[in-house]
Amino acid sequence: MNIPTDLKYTRSHEWVRIEADGAISVGITDHAQELLGDLVFIELPEPGRELAAGQEAAVVESVKAAADVYSPLSGSVIENNAVLADSPELVNQDAYAAWLFRIRPASVAELDGLLDAAAYQEIVAAA
Amino acid sequence: MDRGVDSNRVRPFAVSGIHFNTFLSGIDTMQKTVLNEEHRRSGARMVDFAGWEMPLHYGSQIEEHHAVRRDAGMFDVSHMCAVDVAGDDARAFLRRLLANNVDRLQLPGKALYSTMLNEAGGVIDDLIVYHLGEEDFRIVINAATAANDLRWMTARRDEWGLAVTISARREGADALAMIAVQGPQARQKVWQALPECQPASAALQPFFAATVGEHLIARTGYTGEDGYEITLPAAQAVRLWQRLAEAGARPCGLGARDTLRLEAGMNLYGQDMDESVSPLDAGLAWTVDLAAPRDFVGKAALLAKPQQHRFLGLLLLDRGVLRAHQRVDSAHGPGEITSGSFSPTLQQSIALARLPLPAAVGDVVQVSVRDRPLAARVVKPCFVRNGSILV
Repeated sequence: MNIPTDLKYTRSHEWVRIEADGAISVGITDHAQELLGDLVFIELPEPGRELAAGQEAAVVESVKAAADVYSPLSGSVIENNAVLADSPELVNQDAYAAWLFRIRPASVAELDGLLDAAAYQEIVAAA
Repeated sequence: MDRGVDSNRVRPFAVSGIHFNTFLSGIDTMQKTVLNEEHRRSGARMVDFAGWEMPLHYGSQIEEHHAVRRDAGMFDVSHMCAVDVAGDDARAFLRRLLANNVDRLQLPGKALYSTMLNEAGGVIDDLIVYHLGEEDFRIVINAATAANDLRWMTARRDEWGLAVTISARREGADALAMIAVQGPQARQKVWQALPECQPASAALQPFFAATVGEHLIARTGYTGEDGYEITLPAAQAVRLWQRLAEAGARPCGLGARDTLRLEAGMNLYGQDMDESVSPLDAGLAWTVDLAAPRDFVGKAALLAKPQQHRFLGLLLLDRGVLRAHQRVDSAHGPGEITSGSFSPTLQQSIALARLPLPAAVGDVVQVSVRDRPLAARVVKPCFVRNGSILV
């Protein structure tokens, strides 16, 4: 199971990367993409949208199923990965390179509520 | 006709939300086909399908789909149940049991698609009947409905007092396996794997079957492509699977099977119709013979309640993915999607839907996708056939 140790995670299978400028990038984990199978459609939040932690932010759809992606933190969307609109399969190819959207977090304190790789690994193993 | 991949929305994004149970460790109660080890060796993602542990895909559902459209793929469909119906009254029994007219089976090896209805005219199952000998028939029924079907058939036989044996070929030395090989190159790959079957099978017209030794080779399928469905003793299935793989037939899972049948406009039991749905409202009027004087279970109900809906295809014009149970709004009133997915061949989303009777090909309708109306065009419910896009 591919769970990089330099990222943070949620119980709902999003990953979070803290960028140098203080923004965070959000994607879905390798485990999540594997469960969904071939992705065929991704709906992303528009820049400027305000998100609360746990709010539905994006939708990823595979041939098999649609799944909501939740915002791991509160904040405003500063960018979405528009290339995924035409190439959703990039998430299958490398889930940790294919970020979905970036947020300017409202509060860095919320980062403490995220899981580290070991804790996320336990959740995946227990599922 | 096989029950395929569920496409329910996952909410929240949790592994338990995906309809198939993808975590099988510790679950030993599931039934396994004789090819189970082969699938695991090939890296299949195994899922719970109607109590059977079956391959969903072997890496990429979309690549498997393309392999069938462009070359050849093979499917383990041994979870489906082969039932032998034989005896002096076998034809009389089926004439009354099935909505299609078994008297259309006069030539040896001819196959017939039919529904089996309850008294209210609802669909208990859809199936294929093969005519093996004058009073000797083979029926292939869906895995999820097999136990219920067998109880129903046995009860009708006893009620009608007919001399018929009904034998499910599931257990022991009689157990059968089924492998579907589909695609433009499928027949060549089968001949390579089973050279002794080439003369008899090469001569088969579509919807005919030939018995060669212990193999029943039928020119039938559930993909919209040419190919064969091969029924054989379970003990010989692994060897045939391996020889087909050597011949270049790509293993394909239930995921590709579902998108292929959807593109071909073929109904899926449990999704496009069930016991509460009339075959006339599921696009299956062509399989129901109401004209002949013959009586059959459900006929009176169908005559009393004519067609209420049209069963048509939808082609999504906006971006997104159509799914089962989404609401359709047309100029003639509401309808509902019964099967929907992304079409790998068309590279856009397609669906089958029950629409109001006045709905017609060419109409533009709105589908509610996550509370947002998306535009879709009504098309004939056959999107792809023999590799060609028809809409």
